[in-house]
Parts: sequence; structure tokens; C-alpha cells
Amino acid sequence: MTADLFLINVAFYVVGAIALVGALIAVTAQNILRAALGLIVSFIGVAGVYFVLEAEFLGVVQILIYVGAIAVLILFAVMLTRGLMRGTGSAYNTQWMGAAFIALILFLLLGVVALGTRWNVVPRQVGDDVIPQIGTELMTTYLLPFEARSLLLLAVLVGAIVIARE
Amino acid sequence: MMIPLNFYLLLAAGLFCLGLFGALARRNAIGILIGIELMLNAVNINLIAFWRYIQPADPSMALAGQIFALFVITLAAAEAAIGLALVIAIYRSRDTVNVEDVNLMKW
Repeated sequence: MTADLFLINVAFYVVGAIALVGALIAVTAQNILRAALGLIVSFIGVAGVYFVLEAEFLGVVQILIYVGAIAVLILFAVMLTRGLMRGTGSAYNTQWMGAAFIALILFLLLGVVALGTRWNVVPRQVGDDVIPQIGTELMTTYLLPFEARSLLLLAVLVGAIVIARE
Repeated sequence: MMIPLNFYLLLAAGLFCLGLFGALARRNAIGILIGIELMLNAVNINLIAFWRYIQPADPSMALAGQIFALFVITLAAAEAAIGLALVIAIYRSRDTVNVEDVNLMKW
């Protein structure tokens, strides 16, 4: 039992570090292709965080949709628009110091809130039937948002084709 | 000893702020989209961590955190598809993906 818990704790630090290092590459890499690859590493780390949190369904969805679809989409866009950004100086605009300052301030603020708040923590026992429950909830309680989402995806499908077509 | 909730919130805050920096400071439009995707991921970590660690008073909302994270993933996919289609359209008409050069509507 304690050995399992220890392994889970180690796994949290490993996947958290993967997510943060990938994100760091994604925002600091000079080459946009390298940034996109760092983003994939970060997505895989985040999927690992979901597995540590025992949200297996979300972890698998994360890998399928983010790593499988969104990352490939971004790589395609990078390949289609490459060439012009090569050797055109800094990857950042002239206000990057202000942006870094704002991000740092926000991180300190969020850190103070996250560490200073007394959360009413009651960890749940995650059963084996969470995935069937998600399916049932989507078809009953959350049916309207679910259908709205499918409509949104249809609109995006048509919109993306119309916008990107010559 | 389980990992405390605070650690997940700190991880999510770090990811969010890295994404925010990327979205604000990048010159490449695709770099901005990458930053936005990182921010959406950070929000999802928060949703799942709260789902795991805090029980809602209403038992029918027991899975709300996971369902909401699924909705966020759908919206992220939609945002990426439309955003990248716009980037490709701008590249076709103006031969650049540098957002500083796409300033026709800037006052």
C-alpha cells in the first residue's frame, strides 16, 4: 500500500517535470518547429498527470486528441508556413519583458492563493465504473451541452475548410 | 501521504503562466496558438485536481469536473482548427505569419 503510494508520488513529480519542461521548450524555442515538438512533450506530461489523478478516461482522451490531432495540426501549419520566419531575428516581440513580468506576477499571485487557501479536501475513492458513469451523464444530465458541442464541431469543420480554402 | 492538492495547483499555475508568456510575447502566430493550448491544458489540470480532491455537496454533480474538462478539450480542438485555418489564410494572402506585420486593423 505505502509502496504503491510512494510510486504514485514519484510518478507525479516525473510527469509534472515532463509537462513543465515541455512547456518551457514550447515558449522559449527559437525554431517554431521545435516549439511544437516541445508542446507535444508537454501534452504527454499532462496526460500523465491525469493518470496520476486516476482520471484514466481524460488521460486517454488527452493523448488521442491533443497529441494525436491538435499537435499534428500545429505541425502541419508549421510546415505549410515555414521558411519566412527563418533568420528574421528574435522569436519575441518588443514587449516580451513586460509579458514575462506579467506572467511572473500572475504566477506569484496564483502560488500565494494555492498555498495559502485552506481547501476542504475530501479525496474520493475512485471506483472502476467511472467511465460508464461519464457516458451515462453525457447522455442524460449533460445531453444539451453535449449536442451543442457536436453542433460546434460541425460548424468548425465547415468554417475551417471555408477559411483555409484558396 | 498523498500529493497535496496545492502541488497540482502550483503545477497548473506554472503551465498557465508559461502559456501566457508565450501567447503575449511570441511574434509567430502559431507560437501564440501554442501558448493558448498550454493555458487550456493548465485549466484542465485544475479541473481534474479539484474533481479528485473535493466532493461536491450535490451527489449528482460528482463527475462535473471530468465532464467540464472534456468540454474544454473540445473547445481547444475547435480553437486550434479555426486558428490554424486563419493562420494559413493570412499566410496565403500576406506571405507572413508574423503578427507584427498583420496590422491592417490596428488603430
